[in-house]
Amino acid sequence: MSLILEDVSYKYNPNTTYEVTALDHISLQINDGEFIGLIGHTGSGKSTLIQHLNGLLQATEGRILYNGEDIYAQGYDRQSLRTQVGMVFQYPEHQLFEVNVFEDVKFGPKNQGLDDKEATLRAYEALRAVGFPDEFYDQSPFELSGGQKRRAAIAGVLAMKPAVLILDEPTAGLDPKGRDEILDLILATHERTGNTVILVSHSMEDVAKYASRLIVIDGGRIRFDDTPARVFAHYRELEEMGLSAPRVTYLLHSLSERGMDVDVNATTVSDACDTIKKALSIRS
Amino acid sequence: MNNIIEAIKLTHEYFRRDEEGNVEGISVALDHVDLDVREGQFISILGHNGSGKSTLAKHINALLVPSEGTLYVDGKLTSDPANEFNIRQSAGMVFQNPDNQIVASVVEEDVGFGPENIGVPTDEIWERVERSLKSVGMWEYRDKSPNRLSGGQKQRVAIAGVMAMEPRCIVLDEPTAMLDPQGRREVISVARELNRTKGVTVILITHYMEEVVDSDYVYVMDHGHIVMRGTPRQIFSEVEKLREYRMDVPQITELAYELKLAGVDIDDGILTEDELADALIGLV
Repeated sequence: MSLILEDVSYKYNPNTTYEVTALDHISLQINDGEFIGLIGHTGSGKSTLIQHLNGLLQATEGRILYNGEDIYAQGYDRQSLRTQVGMVFQYPEHQLFEVNVFEDVKFGPKNQGLDDKEATLRAYEALRAVGFPDEFYDQSPFELSGGQKRRAAIAGVLAMKPAVLILDEPTAGLDPKGRDEILDLILATHERTGNTVILVSHSMEDVAKYASRLIVIDGGRIRFDDTPARVFAHYRELEEMGLSAPRVTYLLHSLSERGMDVDVNATTVSDACDTIKKALSIRS
Repeated sequence: MNNIIEAIKLTHEYFRRDEEGNVEGISVALDHVDLDVREGQFISILGHNGSGKSTLAKHINALLVPSEGTLYVDGKLTSDPANEFNIRQSAGMVFQNPDNQIVASVVEEDVGFGPENIGVPTDEIWERVERSLKSVGMWEYRDKSPNRLSGGQKQRVAIAGVMAMEPRCIVLDEPTAMLDPQGRREVISVARELNRTKGVTVILITHYMEEVVDSDYVYVMDHGHIVMRGTPRQIFSEVEKLREYRMDVPQITELAYELKLAGVDIDDGILTEDELADALIGLV
């Protein structure tokens, strides 16, 4: 069970003078239950890539297999693919539209063909999973705060129980606490249900903390695909691509150059703390 | 030195209305805020979503006027409609989404739009366009279409558009929320450069703690009040208090804080990699 891209290319405006190659021969396998971070500068092709994963864009060349089936094959049910590969777009609160939060979250499961009772249960479950306060269930989604709107919108996608959850910068514009809350709930859902998560982010600190595999896109090609520690070891190349490493990585490299015996591969605050304590011979 | 911004008990109230437009209650977005900003300073405002930061920014631009209290911008009272025009010229604003702020199809025309609108003679418009684009490092893109630029470049064009109005103060309301790491670096370094070389007062509103470490002063807002004020070092020394206000500290400060809790003998409020590296190397 997996999502496989075989030599996928995508061109905008093909065969015109405005032709732009957004994806350039991408091959990739995404396995069940992975938590993947996807990074790349604006225009690197990451949004184009994720729109291929649920069939919103069709590759100019190459194949995409979901659970072994070619999603471009004649008669393939792409409608159903979109409920199994759920996408939370940037600023998902712009897609809220129903009269109240509860109806908004119910919309997805109802669209999947579930009866009203089942859809209602799904909505309850999803709203609880995102920690949405129940006194606001009947409120118009437009009257909520920024963080609550974001939760409601994510609940709307979770209610469809997608096997693969793709989030395009889900924390943009949120305050630090709101950012941590949203990412923690995505991780908790991942750990509880074993779903596959693909997190697109501009925060190197966040992908280092949450993802176990990191894919770096640049110029429509995959430049790195490895654990965060191994990818961030290439921080100078990442900088050339308009990216960076978490701040703690820079600190550890500087300490190491100055003769301190630290592990430069730590990419999170807690790992960095551990290796520095060890170097200073302090027991946890 | 003069105060470019002087808020005395600045209060902003607004009516909450139901669907029929009947008043349901009154909300207070700014609650008796006192704030002085000296000309030439670089100040930052932090605060959770809904804390009142953006409302404050809109007051500085006279997009909103006080319900109570007074606000002077460049010596002019914002509540006097006759000052509206002058205030918007003194205090320019840059918003979060670069795509919402660009009006023309060529970069230099976009930057010239503001001065043209206020009747600046043509020769002088071109001088201002050249100066502004050079000041943000975008002069070589003057004849390009803004659509072809990266997010960071678009924001720099938006800043140039504000600079062409020759303001004494720029308010940047989450200018980097939608940008990749490279774009964030570009925008913040341009803002610092304008502050340093042109003496423009900068008011930066952001959710990225790293961006405020070089500010002269940092203000933290919560529920319409300024609840903390001080230098970055003073503010970021209070890790727990910041977290109560849904804020965070820069990653390096967080690491230093964790190390200190573990018994490492270092100072509070460490802000940069170099400071922490020096402190730790000193202990080996």
